[in-house]
Amino acid sequence: MNKPLTMWEYADLHGVSRRDFLKFAGWIAAASGLEASAIGKVVYAMDTKPRIPVVWFHGQECTCCSESFIRSSHPIVSDIVLDKISLDYTETLMAAAGHQAEEALHNTMTKYKGQYLMLMEGSVPLEEDGVYCCIGGRTMLDIVKEAAADAKAIVAWGSCASNGCIQAANPNPTGATPIHKIITGKPIINVPGCPPIAEVMAGTIVHLLAFDRIPQLDGLGRPKAFYSRRVHDTCYRRPNYDAGLFVESFDDENARRGYCLYKMGCRGPVTYNACGAMRWNNGVSFPIQSGHGCIGCSEANFWDNGPFYQHLASFPGFGIETTADKIGVAVGIGTAAGIAAHAISTNIRKRKLIQEDVKNSGASETKGGA
Amino acid sequence: MARIVVDPITRIEGHLRIEAEIKDGIIVDAFSSGTMVRGFEIILKGRDPRDAWAFTERACGVCTTVHALASVRTVEDALGIAVPPNAELIRNLMFCAQYLQDHVVHFYHLHALDWVDVVSALKADPKKTSEIAQSISHWPKSSPNYFSDLQKRLTAFVSSGQLGIFANGYWGHAAYKLPAEVNLLGVAHYLEALEWQKEIVKIHTIFGGKNPHPNYLVGGAPCSINTEEVNAINAERLAYVGSLLDQAQEFVENVYIPDLLAVAGFYKDWGAIGGGLSNYLAYGDLPTNGYADVSRFKFPRGVILNRDLGTVHEVDAKDTQQIEEYIAHSWYEYSGGDAAGRHPWDGETKLKYSGPKPPYEHLDVEQKYSWLKTPRWKGNAMEVGPLARMLVAYASGHKEVQEIVNSTLKALDVPVAALFSTLGRTAARGLETKLIAGWAKEFYNQLLANIKNGDTRTFNKDKWSPDTWPSEAKGVGLSEAPRGALAHWIVIKDKKIENYQLVVPSTWNASPRDAKGQRSAYEASLIGTPVKNPDQPLEILRTIHSFDPCIACAVHLYDEKGRYVHQISTF
Repeated sequence: MNKPLTMWEYADLHGVSRRDFLKFAGWIAAASGLEASAIGKVVYAMDTKPRIPVVWFHGQECTCCSESFIRSSHPIVSDIVLDKISLDYTETLMAAAGHQAEEALHNTMTKYKGQYLMLMEGSVPLEEDGVYCCIGGRTMLDIVKEAAADAKAIVAWGSCASNGCIQAANPNPTGATPIHKIITGKPIINVPGCPPIAEVMAGTIVHLLAFDRIPQLDGLGRPKAFYSRRVHDTCYRRPNYDAGLFVESFDDENARRGYCLYKMGCRGPVTYNACGAMRWNNGVSFPIQSGHGCIGCSEANFWDNGPFYQHLASFPGFGIETTADKIGVAVGIGTAAGIAAHAISTNIRKRKLIQEDVKNSGASETKGGA
Repeated sequence: MARIVVDPITRIEGHLRIEAEIKDGIIVDAFSSGTMVRGFEIILKGRDPRDAWAFTERACGVCTTVHALASVRTVEDALGIAVPPNAELIRNLMFCAQYLQDHVVHFYHLHALDWVDVVSALKADPKKTSEIAQSISHWPKSSPNYFSDLQKRLTAFVSSGQLGIFANGYWGHAAYKLPAEVNLLGVAHYLEALEWQKEIVKIHTIFGGKNPHPNYLVGGAPCSINTEEVNAINAERLAYVGSLLDQAQEFVENVYIPDLLAVAGFYKDWGAIGGGLSNYLAYGDLPTNGYADVSRFKFPRGVILNRDLGTVHEVDAKDTQQIEEYIAHSWYEYSGGDAAGRHPWDGETKLKYSGPKPPYEHLDVEQKYSWLKTPRWKGNAMEVGPLARMLVAYASGHKEVQEIVNSTLKALDVPVAALFSTLGRTAARGLETKLIAGWAKEFYNQLLANIKNGDTRTFNKDKWSPDTWPSEAKGVGLSEAPRGALAHWIVIKDKKIENYQLVVPSTWNASPRDAKGQRSAYEASLIGTPVKNPDQPLEILRTIHSFDPCIACAVHLYDEKGRYVHQISTF
């Protein structure tokens, strides 16, 4: 059997020019939140590394993460990331089925012991000894424990694997549990979202491959590059918020002008994700741009943080931006002073919050070689 | 007699297990089991009905949007809300985008490897592949060099020793019939389709903000139209949608359909295999005069019994005598005994696992063996999906459908009976994709015309406030998901969800036997299927994949103590 191809060799064979390859490496470095000086490292790593074996599991989930992953928009990502990793087990796309599929999994786990990457999509049900999710006659719990034991690192795709998502919403009937509560002693990267943005998924994988270590993580195990800012802080409609200009009803005059959706229940102020900065499907749009508030899908327990159309200030304990209501009233009667006062106070608060976020995420940074 | 087990069935959504009895190389009995349950209907109970679309949308990320659409319709039906024409058109466009993406991905990425031998493509003559490609289509990527380069890449991939998703496939199996050159063409379009599929979903991103799982809204569409504003649906956004629809039609007509016909030509024997049930159900969809006017749907509603295309029976989802769910072979209990069925509005679920303790070799198929319930229409097992839609439309006198079906049968030189088969199912999916690519442009042009005429409304806010709602309301929302007839039922009480239920396509098709022992579609369709090599049951995959399984499903709910009386099936 020949030596496994490096990523560059693979890209070359796929007809990717060296120039495009370097551009891709630069994009990956940028997407991973790296300085320009790191591009050289990315290029070097991709020039020399063979394709890493990857096994991708599906627990309790809806496959939206897999679907999101194949939406990776830069052509080189769909052509290369899907194949420069060696995706040896994925129920969604693999040719083999039944015991041949299980054999492929077993082969990888044996041959690449300690070297393969384990990707987890979905939660694992723990109630009733795990009978709520079985594959090949075995419980998901059994399967993930075995696979995790010899994995190099684990990536938890989406909110299901990171925090349990919808099946873990009150009252969590099947005991749906995220992977980090089951597996210990392994590097685990949480990539929440329902689903996560395609390029965030691709960026996370490439970071692992290019640097052979996990990206900087925040206190919740999320890559800081993509989850250190609130949607609110990168939202292009933020100036409307600061100016007290709000949509009062869907499709009203303010909605048609693209005002802030805070009063329609937008969860941007409490949601850490890259939607505002990267947007979705190759930057085409993101929920707020298309007129619907953020539902907070990358936050733990977001399903229980509803109803979605009730705005945040109505919730007990939500103290960050409670002036918005009052300002809305003030704007209604046309007091320019109110707008200015609000803008100033929120901006001061915002600056402080961003600084604190950065500080906090730095303090809880997780380090470790994958 | 040998019992073979295929678990996991891959290249599907969700967790599906098939056990089949084989005698003399032929399947004589089969059992279909959904092996995962999540349970989110109880989670819906007590919540705001306007939020239900977001919850139910997460039933499936492959056919994302379909539950959101059924859900907003259900709530609108309960509260008596009619959405503005533009909202209906935007929903139709999102519906079409979903079909276009989903059906193409199914054909190339979930189903094609059952017919296309990837390894055989290494031996192809790229010149001949080019000739074949150019003889069946005008698609520009068809030069000998294009296929030659692809073949080199494929060779390098295989010789790297890391076969990735192609590892352990049934390559070289005797049931693969395509010449090497056509296999190479299939591999090329597998990769091109993977590239293209991420484009068409941008229609969801434009109107709904993201894909998978775009946003919907009870009462309309969440996006606003304003031709004078960058922050709304304006000329640029609409032009984007228009060009995506053009690309989609090009891809479907010049790649998908020619490939489908080319491949089908080598597998005509599958026009006599995998027929299974002889009853078909479609709720219909794509309103052209509002959701209330079923007579103007692009896909008509109806039932066909015993393959009699002369009669279309009426379907009423609110008639408690028509649609019922059974649990004779499902891991649940009914208070009135397991033999009787229940209408979804009167549904009851007590989850009770009684299968073997994992790890297990075989399920006890004489007893209960699945997390899916078993729905029936007037006691009959029904097949749902593209074939059911095409047949109901054909029998309803739908001219476009009759023309495309007749011309395809003629082109393939197969009898009408070939429709009722694995091949017929796969072909029907392609044909409706072609129709939808055209219909989407009609909806798009209508939307432009409305805006030109000054109508930019996308939302009806009359009943948005819960203060306007009656103290109790009931509704049903019907739709056609890519995989078939989909319905949600809701009961609203005191402004909250009192009861919410779903009966989804894969529940109809993939369910276990009912109390009378009648098989559902998967099980019935496998009977009589030849299996050349029980260790490599490629033929089982062909027929099961022809349904496009989507099993993250049958999520029947119960409370923490297992007493909850409620059911949900999702896919």
